[in-house]
Amino acid sequence: MNKRVNWKITTLLIAGSIFILFPLYLTIVVAFKSPAEMSENVLALPKSWSLDNFLEAIKVTDFFGALGNSIFVTFFTVVLTLIVHSMIAYAIARNLHKKRFKLLYYYIISAMFVPFPVIMLPVVKEASFIGLDNLVGLVLLNLVMQLALNVFIYVGYIKAIPVELEEAAIIDGASTWQVFWKVAFPLMTPIHATVAILTALFAWNDFMLPLVLLSDSSMYTLPLIQHAFQGEFSTNYNLAFASYLMAMLPMIIIYVFAQKWIIGGVMRGSGK
Amino acid sequence: MAKINKTYLLMIIPALVVFFSFHTLPLLQGIFYSLTDYRGYGTWDFVGFKNYFNVFQDGRALNAYGFTFKFAIVSTIIVNIISILIAMGLNAKIKFRKSLRAIYFLPYILSLLIIGYIFKFMFTHLLPQLGRTLDWDFLSTNILGNPDLAWVGVVIVAVWQAAAFNTLLYLAGLATVDEQIYEAANIDGAGSWTKFWKITFPMIAPFFTINMVVAMKNFLMVFDQIVALTNGGPGHVTESISLLIFSSGFGGEFAYQSANAVIFFIVVVAISIFQLRLLERREEQ
Repeated sequence: MNKRVNWKITTLLIAGSIFILFPLYLTIVVAFKSPAEMSENVLALPKSWSLDNFLEAIKVTDFFGALGNSIFVTFFTVVLTLIVHSMIAYAIARNLHKKRFKLLYYYIISAMFVPFPVIMLPVVKEASFIGLDNLVGLVLLNLVMQLALNVFIYVGYIKAIPVELEEAAIIDGASTWQVFWKVAFPLMTPIHATVAILTALFAWNDFMLPLVLLSDSSMYTLPLIQHAFQGEFSTNYNLAFASYLMAMLPMIIIYVFAQKWIIGGVMRGSGK
Repeated sequence: MAKINKTYLLMIIPALVVFFSFHTLPLLQGIFYSLTDYRGYGTWDFVGFKNYFNVFQDGRALNAYGFTFKFAIVSTIIVNIISILIAMGLNAKIKFRKSLRAIYFLPYILSLLIIGYIFKFMFTHLLPQLGRTLDWDFLSTNILGNPDLAWVGVVIVAVWQAAAFNTLLYLAGLATVDEQIYEAANIDGAGSWTKFWKITFPMIAPFFTINMVVAMKNFLMVFDQIVALTNGGPGHVTESISLLIFSSGFGGEFAYQSANAVIFFIVVVAISIFQLRLLERREEQ
């Protein structure tokens, strides 16, 4: 087999990556420009890297409020997902030989076939009726909507963990509850990482569920303020792009530092 | 019954109650309301299957189904072709492999809505400018404002974002292929085309199946891109089923759009099962 570097493919891939990097380059240069500079040449680098657009965008969109909301929702969705979903999956995976649990497993994962728009109208009505049309309700609904996929991923992984360690712990007098927390939960670390990444990306970027659920603009998450902003200030592109850049930046920064982890985690999840 | 450990029940039951209340119950409610004339508030009466008959005669709904299918089929095909090519490139003996992988996966972590707004700017301002400079007629106007071309803009944005995840799935598939098979094929004098169709593709067939099913299902639900790019316009030509259920369902057509949602549900399940059957049979050959 040819062990030399294939420069032809390397060049093609570098050329292709322009399609991905160009929209981001555009976002950055527009975000730093003044409206006057836009009319000269949209693509050129800004003459002076002014932060005015960012400061203005922070004010008009209440950026930090939305950032706080997004962090709140993402953080609690991920933490509760890891605890609740792994627990359900564990109980199912360790009892899969029993008919009831097998049925329960299929009942839960069949929800993967239900597109959110199908249940959207009743679920929003129900949530607002019991006062859950807020961030807490959003976390709860995220947990419900992601349950099927996460249980599917977790069960596939837990089935492959040998039960011997857990049996040894039981002989030593541990209860099922203790076995789960002290033995099984730590053994699931690699798949926790995968589930955490997938869930965090979903919760951070989701637009539809917050859009239909949140009634009060003080609860808006980052995608929602971009949507509201577009309606109000659609003509000031510099302001809008500064706001887009700020909304995407937290994820991009995390990605730059943890891309190996993130790519590996998603790949592990998709291999199931 | 006594054999089931109480701890396991405790682990499952609370979450199951929540799952039932906020997933299964709404699904049943949706089916129930689809048989009424409920507007989302006030009183209601049973109307039988009237809503269902009406959906099939509703130009706007039929248009939404037509657009959504056209969009989903075209996007699924394009995204799979592009993803296989990129994945094979990234799997080859290339320089800067890690950085290139990181770049090609980047779109997956970004918000679809914001990507949509950025592309909208490019379609509205940048491309027409470029088209006028180069004197290319088809580029010199905003394609999102053109009823015949607006859907192409939605496809471009959807493919741009989805290719990242699908590429990763194919990369996972390619990692399972043993290099020695290629060496054997080389000795037999097989060309690249033969090697792809006789070795690579059959080996990654299960990943092809997953990609086709997942991509199709996600594209059928298209929403964010459309809200960002066209909001269903011009007219209603790029209105997807999700957008129609959202805008009309909360706009007083609760029962009617519930019927639409039930039809949509049946369609998605039917397509997924059909695809799985078809592609699994192909894999076995």
